[in-house]
Amino acid sequence: MNFLIGAFKPPCNVSITFADGRTRKQVSLKRDNGQTIMVPLFQSQESIMGEVVVEPFQGKKLEHTGVKIELLGQIELYFDKGNFYDFTSLVRELDVPGELYERKTYPFEFSTVEMPYESYNGINVRLRYILKVTISRNIVSDIVDSQDFVVRNYTPLPSINNSIKMEVGIEDCLHIEFEYGKSKVHLKDVIIGKIYFLLVRIKIKSMELEIRRRESTGSGPNTYVETETLAKYELMDGAPVRGESIPVRLFLSPYELTPTYRNINNKFSVKYYLNLVLVDEEDRRYFKQQEITVYRLLETP
Amino acid sequence: MMAGVAEDEEKWLAAGIAGLQQNAFYMHRAMDSNNLRDALKYSAQMLSELRTSKLSPHKYYELYMRAFDELRKVEIFFKEETQRGCSVVDLYELVQHAGNILPRLYLLCTVGSVYIKSKEAPAKDILKDLVEMCRGIQHPLRGLFLRSYLSQVSRDKLPDIGSEYEGDADTIMDAVEFVLQNFTEMNKLWVRMQHQGPAREKERREKERSELRDLVGKNLHVLSQIEGVDLDLYKETVLPRVLEQVVNCKDDIAQHYLMDCIIQVFPDEYHLQTLEILLDVFPQLQPSVDIKTVLSQLMERLSNYAALSAEALPEFLQVEAFSKLNNAIGKVIEAQADMPVFGAVTLYSSLLKFSLHVHPDRLDYADQVLGSCVKQLSGRGKIEDSKATKQIVALLSAPLEKYNNVVTALKLSNYPRVLEYLDNETNKVMASVVIQSVMKNNTRITTAEKVEALFELIKGLIKDLDGTAHDEVDEEDFKEEQNSVARLIQMLHNDDPEEMFKIISAVRKHILSGGSKRLPFTVPPLVFSSLKLVRQLQGQEENPFGDEAATTPKKIFQLLNQIIEALANIPVPDLALRLYLQCAEAANDCDLEPVAYEFFTQAYILYEEEISDSKAQITAIHLIIGTLQRMHVFGVENRDTLTHKATGYSAKLLKKPDQCRAVYACSHLFWVDDQDNMKDGERVLLCLKRALRIANAAQQMSNVTRGTTGSVTLFVEILNKYLYFFEKGNPQITVAAIQSLIEVITCEMQSDTSAADPTADAFFASTLRYIQFQKQKGGAAGEKYGPIKV
Repeated sequence: MNFLIGAFKPPCNVSITFADGRTRKQVSLKRDNGQTIMVPLFQSQESIMGEVVVEPFQGKKLEHTGVKIELLGQIELYFDKGNFYDFTSLVRELDVPGELYERKTYPFEFSTVEMPYESYNGINVRLRYILKVTISRNIVSDIVDSQDFVVRNYTPLPSINNSIKMEVGIEDCLHIEFEYGKSKVHLKDVIIGKIYFLLVRIKIKSMELEIRRRESTGSGPNTYVETETLAKYELMDGAPVRGESIPVRLFLSPYELTPTYRNINNKFSVKYYLNLVLVDEEDRRYFKQQEITVYRLLETP
Repeated sequence: MMAGVAEDEEKWLAAGIAGLQQNAFYMHRAMDSNNLRDALKYSAQMLSELRTSKLSPHKYYELYMRAFDELRKVEIFFKEETQRGCSVVDLYELVQHAGNILPRLYLLCTVGSVYIKSKEAPAKDILKDLVEMCRGIQHPLRGLFLRSYLSQVSRDKLPDIGSEYEGDADTIMDAVEFVLQNFTEMNKLWVRMQHQGPAREKERREKERSELRDLVGKNLHVLSQIEGVDLDLYKETVLPRVLEQVVNCKDDIAQHYLMDCIIQVFPDEYHLQTLEILLDVFPQLQPSVDIKTVLSQLMERLSNYAALSAEALPEFLQVEAFSKLNNAIGKVIEAQADMPVFGAVTLYSSLLKFSLHVHPDRLDYADQVLGSCVKQLSGRGKIEDSKATKQIVALLSAPLEKYNNVVTALKLSNYPRVLEYLDNETNKVMASVVIQSVMKNNTRITTAEKVEALFELIKGLIKDLDGTAHDEVDEEDFKEEQNSVARLIQMLHNDDPEEMFKIISAVRKHILSGGSKRLPFTVPPLVFSSLKLVRQLQGQEENPFGDEAATTPKKIFQLLNQIIEALANIPVPDLALRLYLQCAEAANDCDLEPVAYEFFTQAYILYEEEISDSKAQITAIHLIIGTLQRMHVFGVENRDTLTHKATGYSAKLLKKPDQCRAVYACSHLFWVDDQDNMKDGERVLLCLKRALRIANAAQQMSNVTRGTTGSVTLFVEILNKYLYFFEKGNPQITVAAIQSLIEVITCEMQSDTSAADPTADAFFASTLRYIQFQKQKGGAAGEKYGPIKV
């Protein structure tokens, strides 16, 4: 198909514009080729409206067997390259078969679209939303154009947000109790907590808090898990003694986090962990990992 | 190896400074272009140099100071940033994005300073947050410096009363709380240094720690500077909290330093009012803490305070400072079982000084201190430790210095008991101190009782203490000591004869136990002191009350006899002889013939039995003659006996010239000018003739043995005697006798065998001139001399 496009110049320009393109918030999106482009931002239940403009080149006649626009939500697993799983697919027919001689504008509207998943660009998986216009033709290949957009879904403040509190240790060696203020944090949140040292018999050099992201894709034997450390935040310098308590205050805003995604269409999940690491003088690391739920808080103006 | 470490350290420091400067450069550039993000990035990198663990406190300080200077610029930049519209709250968050904790906290403190100044939030909240966040640094050295930085930037921003950052009603508590917390944490870190690292580097660690102590102490200084800390707050909150930390840290270096610090930085009146709280802490300190120094400091400060402000004195009484201190010292000594004697004594010494300064009127306090000291020393035997003895000397000297009067010290019943514990050498030193004090202040010791007490104090000098008999004593020192005792004896005086007699008896009792070496020094002053009393009594010879027990010269003389006898037994006959003669003369003045006779007898016995050296004999005989001449109390018989003896002694001297001189001196015994019944011209002439015979014999002897007749001096001397008696009107001395004597002399002088003797010639010439002069004078004398031809 692509070969044919290369062989014959497409006979027209296709452009997709959004009705509120000028006012809608734009966010950056990284494309396959590494470029970053700005694309509009939507959330679930929004109506997506706009126009498709088809403009044949001067003096050219464009014969087609129909024009349609699709809204697609796709999950792309990199180990399964080329296969897209569409979890959302909506189609609007824009034109019946016929001929075009001059520029023609087709308004479109997808009202209150259910877009349950957020756009995501991970290591092994990508979840994207696109609008795709197809001008179908006989004999020659269809003319296809697409426009990305990003979906983010907001969550209200959770009504229950327990703190994480736990005592851990190595017997007769190290006993600590840590406490983080909440188990659910939003993306611009601050993690506030305290580490109590109940027993210290090893020579600790430092302590840090890591934010780790665990992306797991596929299922069954084809599960791929990738863990990234997004933040390393030093909490303590030097060796504490019994009874010390060390404050924790970690601002999440500098880090590029996403909300926690649990089982997106049975294809993947993204989880976040706080990893408390104690390093001793021989550079041995003692750690305890705790999951936190990250959510996107609806920003109230 | 150590040099290698130092060298490496230099290298690390240089590297640290280089890294710091490089990042500071980029930071400045970013700041100049108002690039906040880069400025933060480079400042954090710059501060990362402070994360090093390789530097000693000293070198780390150098690095810190450079960072500190840079941070001042950062602070200014932050300030400008807020003026450009960046909210200080955002800045406060922004700096906390830094991944490394140490740079993060330095920046946080810096922004915090700007934040407080902006007054967008109450100072107390920001300070509380800062001091809390700093807990993240548990490394002692880095933590200490970080918190010291916090203390530095916050000290002018405390929500103190009257400060522009003053908050609500509890503002002062917030300020105090902040400083106290920072202090507590710093102290913990500081103490922790001690327990980290290998044991063999303990010494080095202690040295390093002491270099850092001022960082901790500064907090106390800040506390003392807070306006709102009044006595109540100090008493209720500040002091108990600080002390709690001091006690709980259980670290001797910290406890010593901090206690000292508390005493130094807070005002004296606070100490006075919180004495009990403060003192209660001392027994709880570690046994190795040098409490005595600290406590001494406190007492010294308090006494200075008392000295400077008279109005404070009632306060001292009100809070019963003395008894509290006394109790505290007791408890400290009890608590620190293995405290050396030295320590305990130092404490008491300080307490005594305190008591003397603050309560000069309360002698009982001083005595109490000495009593406690005795209690501590008891059971320990003599003190061997030289430092301890030094302290005891200081302790005992204090009352003397203060009162300038030994009499006061004599009232301290425990004083001599403390002395007991000194070794003999020191005892002597102490005794000298006592005596010098008496001398210097011209103190009169006026009762026998005091004399007893005084001699108790100086007994180190008065007699051999057990065990010292064989000590090698420097002769000079010994003389010095005994001379001072002698001078002291002169100072003992009372105008009332009864009391004076008691004093003398007391002194006698003590000095007689002094042994042979001391008596020659101590007896004469006592004798003269007694004689002084005799002369005083002389006038009132008749005892108006007829009281049997009253002091009479007779009684004194009896005493003297015994005293001098002791001297004679040593033997020091020369001295004893002189004293006998002195006494005899005094007895003479009192018209006590038998007494005078007895003294003379004693003197004669001494002469006969003990004085064998011919030179000593000459002196002694002349003394005897001189004294005897003045005696008028003797009856004819007694006098005859004595003069006869004296003349006899004179003639038996070894050398002829000496014989001659003694004999012509004896002539005076028969001619007492103002007593008519004692003018025996005949015997005078006999004496003189005998002298001449001896002189002749001497000449001849000289001629035989040496070939020359020797000097005519003796003849000239006899001539002078002739002239004396001639003038006095002795009828036996005739012009003819004088004339012939002159001729003999002239003849002798011209003989070839006579040796030239210019002194004798001159003597003779002037004698002749005298005759000539008398002749020309005219009158009675001229008439008398007229017939003499020269």
